[in-house]
Amino acid sequence: MAEIIQIENLSFRYPDGQIALTGVSLTISQGERVGIIGPNGAGKSTLLLHLNGVLGSNGRVEVFGEPISERNLREVRKRVGLVFQNPDDQLFSPTVFDDVAFGPINLGYGEDAVRQSVARALDWVGMTGYELRLPYHLSLGEKKRVALATVLSMNPEILVLDEPTSDLDPRSKWALIGLLQKMPMTLVIASHDLELVKALCERVIVLDGGRVVADGATEWILADRVLLSAHGLAPAG
Amino acid sequence: MKHSFIDQYSDRDSFMHRLDPRSKFLVTWLFILAVTLTPPNRGQVFVFYLALIMVLIFLSGVPILYILRRSLVIVPFVLLVAIFLPFFKGGEAMGSYNLGWGSLTISDYRLQILANLLVKAWLSVLSLILLISTTRLSHLLEGLERLHLPRALVMILSFMYRYIFVLVDEVMRMRQARDSRNFGGKRWWQIQTVGRMVGTLFIRSYERGERVYAAMLTRGFDGHSRTLNKLSFKRADAYFGIGFSLVLALASVLSVLGG
Repeated sequence: MAEIIQIENLSFRYPDGQIALTGVSLTISQGERVGIIGPNGAGKSTLLLHLNGVLGSNGRVEVFGEPISERNLREVRKRVGLVFQNPDDQLFSPTVFDDVAFGPINLGYGEDAVRQSVARALDWVGMTGYELRLPYHLSLGEKKRVALATVLSMNPEILVLDEPTSDLDPRSKWALIGLLQKMPMTLVIASHDLELVKALCERVIVLDGGRVVADGATEWILADRVLLSAHGLAPAG
Repeated sequence: MKHSFIDQYSDRDSFMHRLDPRSKFLVTWLFILAVTLTPPNRGQVFVFYLALIMVLIFLSGVPILYILRRSLVIVPFVLLVAIFLPFFKGGEAMGSYNLGWGSLTISDYRLQILANLLVKAWLSVLSLILLISTTRLSHLLEGLERLHLPRALVMILSFMYRYIFVLVDEVMRMRQARDSRNFGGKRWWQIQTVGRMVGTLFIRSYERGERVYAAMLTRGFDGHSRTLNKLSFKRADAYFGIGFSLVLALASVLSVLGG
């Protein structure tokens, strides 16, 4: 399998001095579904923001065999779709249509192509007919679906999701998981929802204190109670 | 939490709703201009303006009571600005009150200006409410952009429309959290607390701004806002725009002749 994401010894410190990542190295292959789990403040979101160059990485992150740089940023952001945790951050336009069309328009698609990708993305997440609705007046489950559609409309090869099921009730959560199971692309999901990871991912990376502390098959890692409780993912003892 | 829409009724269908936002915006602007420039002593012309706006409201199918109720919101603001006008010098004195330390004089001319200010503000607000109630805000923003309003301004308006209720919700949650901890005590303490809440709200909004910007970058934003042209200027727009301008011109002629 082709290596699609390659991170080599990545460290990151926020401007206020807080260290978020220390020496993270990992490789993700095409078509893999990888869960990144870890307690609050482990550095999961920071790691995701490196995958499409929102946070700079000095060439330590390679996607599609090339380090992310100013030159290929546009291309990388088209091919790596990143969905943020809070849909109120992700959905910033006055209508659902405008939000889903935002990516394709920025990519310079023509009008027909934009309309087609919007229709296809909304159909994919089961939100056809919501084009003129205001994002603010949707339910949280609907917002999460539309947020997903806003990157699906760019036809990404890698889908990166930050806490896709946070705050959802069980019904909306399982509906969303069902939706994600149908996604054909490479998936990288950061979450501390172990049910989600178990249902979707064949591989799990455990992050704690900005370091990778474990990386392996989902059934092995989720069965390792000692490991999970050491990193705040299962009750102690 | 649920809130009323800013542009309530804007998703209905009527002659007014179907017009292009650009023609509605320009006509509203013309109307406000005409109302503002009409001399204060042309009573009939103002009645004519009111009749005109009522006809449009009727055409739009928006409940008249809703528009009237909403329009009352501006009265306190206008009064606050204009309440002192009658007490300034100028014009003929209507009455004079001796208050011990000086006398207070109200002039009829100034009183007339106050009434006029109220009428003009009210007519303008009526037309603006009609515009907002017959045009989806997203369409209006798009229209403003096509009319070459600076992009940055359009984006600011658009974000304001998108996030105002998110902020209102946040304030409401903060207030509930405060009240459930038995908020009370001295006035000074209360003011301090409110001050801190405002500060917190500012920081949260600022951080939200950073996250929203990151979400925009993720989807290929490079500092240029691009939109699809979804508007079409139809024949009805031309008729409406020209017709309305002529009617306003007639009103101006009347007001000049009346002098």
